[in-house]
Amino acid sequence: MIVDQFVIPLLKILIVLNATLVAVTYMVLLERKVIAWAQSRLGPMRVGPYGVLQPVADAIKLMIKEDITPVRADKWVFTAAPIISMVPALIVYAVIPFGPKVNLFGRQVSLYITDVNVGLLYIVSVASVGVYGIILAGYASNSKYPLLASLRASAQLISYEVAVTLTLVSVILMAGSLSMVSIVNAQYNSGVWYAFVQPVAFVIFFIGGLAETNRSPFDMPEAEQELTGGFHTEYSGMRFALFFLAEYANMIVVSSVATTLFFGGWLRPFPNIAALRFLDFIPSWTWFLIKSFVFLYIFIWVRATLPRYRYDQLMRLGWKVLIPLAIANLVVTGIVKVLLS
Amino acid sequence: MGQAIAFYTLAAFILGFAMMVVITKDTVHSVLFLVLDFLFVAALYVLLDAPFLAVIQVLVYAGGIVVLYLFVVMLVNLKRPPEAHHDPRRRTNLGFGLAVAVLVELGAIAWYGSALPATAIARGPGMPVTGNTEQVGWLLYTSYLIPFEIASMLLLVAMIGAIILAKREL
Repeated sequence: MIVDQFVIPLLKILIVLNATLVAVTYMVLLERKVIAWAQSRLGPMRVGPYGVLQPVADAIKLMIKEDITPVRADKWVFTAAPIISMVPALIVYAVIPFGPKVNLFGRQVSLYITDVNVGLLYIVSVASVGVYGIILAGYASNSKYPLLASLRASAQLISYEVAVTLTLVSVILMAGSLSMVSIVNAQYNSGVWYAFVQPVAFVIFFIGGLAETNRSPFDMPEAEQELTGGFHTEYSGMRFALFFLAEYANMIVVSSVATTLFFGGWLRPFPNIAALRFLDFIPSWTWFLIKSFVFLYIFIWVRATLPRYRYDQLMRLGWKVLIPLAIANLVVTGIVKVLLS
Repeated sequence: MGQAIAFYTLAAFILGFAMMVVITKDTVHSVLFLVLDFLFVAALYVLLDAPFLAVIQVLVYAGGIVVLYLFVVMLVNLKRPPEAHHDPRRRTNLGFGLAVAVLVELGAIAWYGSALPATAIARGPGMPVTGNTEQVGWLLYTSYLIPFEIASMLLLVAMIGAIILAKREL
């Protein structure tokens, strides 16, 4: 009883948090390596074979660096801002399903921390709190460039949140549930991943995901030519590292949500075709990780390929293209659903 | 027992943060305390078995509306320190009246509440759905359809008004 109620959930939380933090540090290495290959370079090669220990070196460097607080800064808010942006990126994993219920050591263990019936809304709302980290960092630094960057960043985040949330509504219409596990099960029952029935929603979601994680080509808040270093110009040491890690943690969140909503989560390809049952030798959570990894790779690939948008183009794309498209997609989904039922 | 402890702890935090919103000198800090307050209210909803309401509280109030507050406060603060408009006389007269009005209102609600204790409506008659979100939706589109539509009309009017105010020439 105690084991089921307390020990197993605590262990799951421990494993997920640690795995996320390790994954985040290695995402940084992967990004450096992939961009280096895209530019015919080798990337980090010195620390460990092929540079695999580079994240360890980075972490040590960031931790022993001097941590500077500007004299005129708002000290409490300056300290709180990196924490506020890191925490939402981590607590989202509470509802992300890595797999179904499985038998582990003679016990029924679910491969998700919890399955609340408002899971998807929980993710959206936690992500909306993450904006505060950026706004407050810009405000508390008491410096021009961070303030401008943070205003840009928050305007961008708020605009793209609208489009992304509208696409999520059309997925909810398809699945008839807000629970992440039920959405995956609905894809199993309908026999098709939602990316193929909701291609428009998926594309808007992915573009919005790029914008919401401040990734290239939408990395406006960090445009070095215009804003020196973006909203974290005044940050150094571990506090800077927290912003940096939060960005990568958010990328992993967007990838896992995209996998869950549009690519069948932990399901193998063609889950209803019995002839492909031999694919089951790969465990469900591995399928989940493979699919998420593909998205993370695309994130990096996009950064290595596309130039940055201009700020007004970015806002125009968000408000005049993506949001109307998302609304149209939602209306069409509703009509088709009523006609088919 | 556990519920009572949780409720009173949350209530203490909510009241404490609400006090901080009022007494903090720095406007940005008081907006931040407001966010904390909203988050704790959301926790209270979770305690009441209303997860949908809790999540919406975080999404709309803590995540949406207060961000806009923060925008306004940050931009206003840059131009003028809050000490510039400090008028002790206005604070005593108007504030005293408002405080008395709120006290009377709270007393009336408390008296009314103790005279007519609320009965918990776990499940309305003829509600074919289960689950918190579904029940909220069902009620909104059946029993409370007209208030719901009026609220959406009000929002639409507010939106058009905001556009007209922001863009003088269309």
